[in-house]
Amino acid sequence: MSLVADLYANPDWGPAPEDSGAVRAWLKSKAKGFGLFIGGEWVKTAGSLPALNPATDEPLATIAQGSAADIDKAVKAAAAALPAWSQTSCHGRARVLYALARLIQKQSRFLAVLETLDNGKPIRESRDVDIPLAARHFYHHAGWAQLLDQTHPDQEPLGVVGQVIPWNFPFLMLAWKIAPALACGNTVVLKPADHTSLSALYFAELCLEAGVPPGVVNIVTGDGATGEALVDHPGVAKIAFTGSTAVGRRIRQRTAGSGKALTMELGGKSPFIVLEDADLDGAVEGLIDAIWFNQGEVCCAGSRLLVEEGVEGRLVEKIKARLEKFRLGDPLDKSIDMGALVAPIQKQRVETIVAQAEAEGAVAWRPSSALPATGSYIAPTLLTDLGTSNVAWTEEIFGPVLSVMSFRTLKEAAQLANHSRYGLAAAVWSENIDRALQLAAELRCGVVWVNAANQFDAACPFGGYRESGFGREGGAVGLDAYLKPRSQPPSLDAVIPAMAKGPAAHAEGIDRTLKNYIGGKQTRPDGGLTREVLGPDGAVIGRVGEGNRKDIRDAVEAAVAAESWGKASPHLRAQVLYYLAENMDGRAAALAAALRDQAGLKGGEAEREVEASVSRLFAYAAWADKYEGAVHQPNVGRQLALSVHEPLGVIGIVCPDPRPLLSMISLVAPAIAMGNRTVVVPSERHPMIAAELYSLLDTSDVPGGVLNIVTGDRDALGLVLAQHDGVEGLWHFGSAPGGKAAEDASTGNMKRTWTGLGRTPDWSSPSAEGRSILKHAVQVKTIWVPYGD
Amino acid sequence: MNVHPLRPAAETPHRNPGMAFEPDWIDAIHVNLSAAERRVEQMGGRRSWKKAHQAAWLLRAIACIDLTTLAGDDTPGRVRRLCAKARSPVRLDILEALGVEHLGITTGAVCVYHEMVETAVKALEGTGIPVAAVSTGFPAGLSPFRLRLMEIGESVAAGAREIDIVISRRHVLTGDWRALYEEVQAFRAACGDAHMKAILATGELGSMRKVAQASMAAMMAGADFIKTSTGMEAVNATLPVGLVMARMIRDYQDRTGCKVGFKPAGGIRSAKVSLNWLAMMKEELGNEWVGPDLFRFGASALLADIERQLEHFVTGRYSAVHRHALG
Repeated sequence: MSLVADLYANPDWGPAPEDSGAVRAWLKSKAKGFGLFIGGEWVKTAGSLPALNPATDEPLATIAQGSAADIDKAVKAAAAALPAWSQTSCHGRARVLYALARLIQKQSRFLAVLETLDNGKPIRESRDVDIPLAARHFYHHAGWAQLLDQTHPDQEPLGVVGQVIPWNFPFLMLAWKIAPALACGNTVVLKPADHTSLSALYFAELCLEAGVPPGVVNIVTGDGATGEALVDHPGVAKIAFTGSTAVGRRIRQRTAGSGKALTMELGGKSPFIVLEDADLDGAVEGLIDAIWFNQGEVCCAGSRLLVEEGVEGRLVEKIKARLEKFRLGDPLDKSIDMGALVAPIQKQRVETIVAQAEAEGAVAWRPSSALPATGSYIAPTLLTDLGTSNVAWTEEIFGPVLSVMSFRTLKEAAQLANHSRYGLAAAVWSENIDRALQLAAELRCGVVWVNAANQFDAACPFGGYRESGFGREGGAVGLDAYLKPRSQPPSLDAVIPAMAKGPAAHAEGIDRTLKNYIGGKQTRPDGGLTREVLGPDGAVIGRVGEGNRKDIRDAVEAAVAAESWGKASPHLRAQVLYYLAENMDGRAAALAAALRDQAGLKGGEAEREVEASVSRLFAYAAWADKYEGAVHQPNVGRQLALSVHEPLGVIGIVCPDPRPLLSMISLVAPAIAMGNRTVVVPSERHPMIAAELYSLLDTSDVPGGVLNIVTGDRDALGLVLAQHDGVEGLWHFGSAPGGKAAEDASTGNMKRTWTGLGRTPDWSSPSAEGRSILKHAVQVKTIWVPYGD
Repeated sequence: MNVHPLRPAAETPHRNPGMAFEPDWIDAIHVNLSAAERRVEQMGGRRSWKKAHQAAWLLRAIACIDLTTLAGDDTPGRVRRLCAKARSPVRLDILEALGVEHLGITTGAVCVYHEMVETAVKALEGTGIPVAAVSTGFPAGLSPFRLRLMEIGESVAAGAREIDIVISRRHVLTGDWRALYEEVQAFRAACGDAHMKAILATGELGSMRKVAQASMAAMMAGADFIKTSTGMEAVNATLPVGLVMARMIRDYQDRTGCKVGFKPAGGIRSAKVSLNWLAMMKEELGNEWVGPDLFRFGASALLADIERQLEHFVTGRYSAVHRHALG
């Protein structure tokens, strides 16, 4: 029987290999080992690392192990290139980015093959997903570069940006990092992942070809130590990191107090929610895209399947039937669904977690097909019968493992989905738009895909809530992470030092000892202690509560309980702020007198501060329904992609001493206008003015728990807030050491921090108001809604 | 699994006895268009055949073709020529070069209007290739119901072993699933031993959910095959529609154990597209649905392109249409 006759009788798949000849020839030409790309040149260094093909364990190349000295050289090269690059015309930068986009497109097959050889992902994905998205990212940002003078006339680049990227989407993550940085006029030092540096090194060649000026892009390969050297380098203005939450936490700690800007895209344990009215067959393919995409090595992988109980059995049967047809093998084969994990160590890690999950009671199912004999392969795995404390339900596995759980109601689905330290992404499958969007609104995560999974586009913001990180990549919001205002408001020392205590003031009225304000009530400090407050001449003018960690605990609890404030309409929140302004205006004279007495303001300053505070309340009342999200036009089929602004939740606010009333209002008003609840530690030097607000709050319909005030040792209370995992954001305008300690301690739940490090904006400046402040008060959720009949 | 290539389709037919009307099944059907499109978009990238595998699959595509002529100017001479092509669809030297000349590959059937059935039956005598007749007022299906039933009976009497009926689109568009069920059931009864393919005219149904629901109702009523289109609608066989129908076949089999065949028709002209269809059938339904028992292409121009591709595989040179026998 002839071969064709035999194949005719046995209708099966055959090998469909992608040609890797050109890539292998290129690698052969680099057989002596790659250097580091610094200042537009290839630089040698002492150490080296092997690059392996995880599908075969064959060595592909030798890459350099960059040292701290190499990082220093690269940062200096980037700094040297910065003035010219940042002053290059918008069009000039656009031409360079456009040239890069074109080159990526022209070399797309080469890049796809290289990526697959180095990473183990199927050629279908590198060819159809990674590389086209990377090219799209450069095109999109070539556009931003061209328009920047028009769209962001008052903004300028941050400077030298250090970028550390992971091994799961090596080239795509490079694009996500480099394209916006360059578009805004920054220069970069990029540290690729040690497992997967080859496409970045090829990109360096493209940079030379595209005419990227020397030093604008520097690529320093190496391991974690190289990354740490970059993170620690004082010449770096910002660190952009994508990777694990554990490493993100270390980076936050290492940069605490440094003033470096940070964006982090970290891990996830994203839910994939299937309602009973979903297209179940569609949902099964959605799961293939969600968790069996890139071997499950995806930060936003839909690793937790939540399915409405009535369809659980059918859906699980369909998943199993689909996985029986799943093809796993040589990543360069065009007819496979899944390739190899990135390295033996990752395979081992996944297997360990699955074994632990099974030991904890989960039942594992795998399709019957055999695995390739060599290479880091893991079969797609389905885990059922697990409890919510099972390791496979709570921990990011970063492998092709799906855990299944049922739910009864949408409310329960949201609850199960949101019970996680992470908050990166979610998928919701339903043919009922009401039900789908209800869940989209309830889910605490940065991206929601309705009837889809793992869709990306350069125009649509991507990033997480909670321990999945902060900052967004993509679109205008992503661009913001690489810009700063050309003129910052003038700044002042946040701390007015304590003065020598003078003689006791003559007691005129009745003794005033002010309490805390928690949950809409004045409460005695837990410790039963008070602290003296000195007036402008050092005389004791009264006492306030000496708040302690338990007062902070109670205040946070009250703030958490006031959740409905975040769901109230922006109009209603505006009304409350206007009412507060109105009542403050009515008490302007008394407040001005208090400011004079307590802070020693003179010559109309007190009146002006009250007036400015009233105006600021008006401003944020006005913003409440105007600081809105956006509608995007992704390059993916019929879709609406909406990015909405959501409150962080509970924000801790540590107030500075200068202008004690205005600074507190300037911080609290934007926070609550956006639907956050706040726990405020007022100026340590002038805390009594805060207490003047209690009665205003009571009469202005501010719901209990929205604004809580705890007086006392500012840095100590700020630290308790930083350490509280129920606090999602921390705005710290206390001392420099206090701010540093707070940043360091904020890593428990990866809070969004905004820290003055001993300085505070002068809140009387008009530029200390508006969008630049509001951006700290919201997080962006992008909701993808496809349509069609 | 081993699917014997030589067995003519209708000798061991899968029959779908149908079942009682079950409106709940139809109500519970949900289809998401974007998801279906994504699946189809990815399919081409997830699965493909190269070289000898591709040649073998192209031969398989030929075995699945209902070689069709449905034109007002059809004549006995034209139909006889088509039947000759159905009997030997590929040039002998190509078959020999592939080493498959002994397989006796023919198309799956010849598909004609009623008036051409007798001619075709005679022309195909002894080959085992069945003749399919389009029926029931094809393509619009709006002739009197009584006459539509009679038309089936006459075609069967004339020797058609397969009847391609058209459904009343209005039953789908108005959501009258019971009426659709009863209509198809009546057609099925009129077919007797002949295999019935139910043409849904998906291009006129307006939504993917309706396509899926109509598929299910037709299968409940006993359709042995469900077929996308007449070839006369503005939009004919598209892969997303095929995906949705294939999944309904799978659901129906899961629930009843009955295997229903699938026939995309209209607009399938290239070898490449035929392979996409076969890949989808293999993925969604399995190997039984990549042979003529349960899968057919309704096509006329497809064969010529496949022949050229096969010649290219054999010779390494690109071929021209005029080098292959005209069907």
